[in-house]
Amino acid sequence: MKAIVTVMLKQGVLDPQGRAIGQALHGLGFATVGEVRAGKVIEIDLAETDAEAARAQAEAMARKLLANSVIERFEIALA
Amino acid sequence: MNAAIIVFPGINRERDMAIALARSLGRAPRMLWHRDDDLTGIDLIVIPGGFSYGDYLRCGAMAAQSPVMRAVRAHAARGGYVLGVCNGFQILTEAGMLPGALLRNAGLRFLSADCHLRVERADTAFTGHWQRGAVFRAPMAHGDGNYFAAAATLDRLEGDGRVAFRYAEADGTVTAAANRNGSARGIAGIFSENLRVLGLMPHPEDLVDPLLGGEDGRPLFDSLAAALAA
Repeated sequence: MKAIVTVMLKQGVLDPQGRAIGQALHGLGFATVGEVRAGKVIEIDLAETDAEAARAQAEAMARKLLANSVIERFEIALA
Repeated sequence: MNAAIIVFPGINRERDMAIALARSLGRAPRMLWHRDDDLTGIDLIVIPGGFSYGDYLRCGAMAAQSPVMRAVRAHAARGGYVLGVCNGFQILTEAGMLPGALLRNAGLRFLSADCHLRVERADTAFTGHWQRGAVFRAPMAHGDGNYFAAAATLDRLEGDGRVAFRYAEADGTVTAAANRNGSARGIAGIFSENLRVLGLMPHPEDLVDPLLGGEDGRPLFDSLAAALAA
């Protein structure tokens, strides 16, 4: 099983990288672009066949290391 | 009085720190590798600056999980002194030993320049050789020095007198212009609840020799020497 953990800065935490990407998109003529937020995606291969167990493991990993709960939130998808 | 510097892979300020400590303490610190976990007889642990583990994931996130940090936590829990500078500050926040987090600089640029810091309290082991409100110059060199914490945490830090230093003008005024990385409330360094753990972004250890342009950073190390001798 594969766990796909998406880590994003929380709302309210300044994301200068997202803002810079947004400005660059505007510069390229994408006039409809509003707020842009940048995050990261971490794919983890798991020797686990049970989806619930895989999700629980990925969540523990995200809480312990992958995301910093002071500034980030995370979402988990399984594949 | 014994000091130790912890060296993680990718750390690069450990020798500057060793020189600054040796000057004020009168003896060279021990250098500990990140796999060491025996801190017996150590009074002060210093985590220097650099790019531990290549800043992978988040600055300091990997180092915070390394074996030596368990020993550092236990040392702090016993009331031991810990100083974290730059990457060391990031590591202490990632390890949960200091609140908040260091975000990418608000302007996105790596900042390599001198800044001025205002001393917010002088009654601690780290700041005793300054006067409250004193201003000193310190080099900074970081890409992720934008201190962030929830508003309630910031209020608590201020209420408890745990702000150590703020970015300021040379005359001590705290301004947005002096706060080049965008830190919340201009905070450059904070203490733990018992005032024995200090984390800060700029590098006082790089200004302890007139040959390098001044000794502005020296009171930090002289303060520690006095506190630890007591």
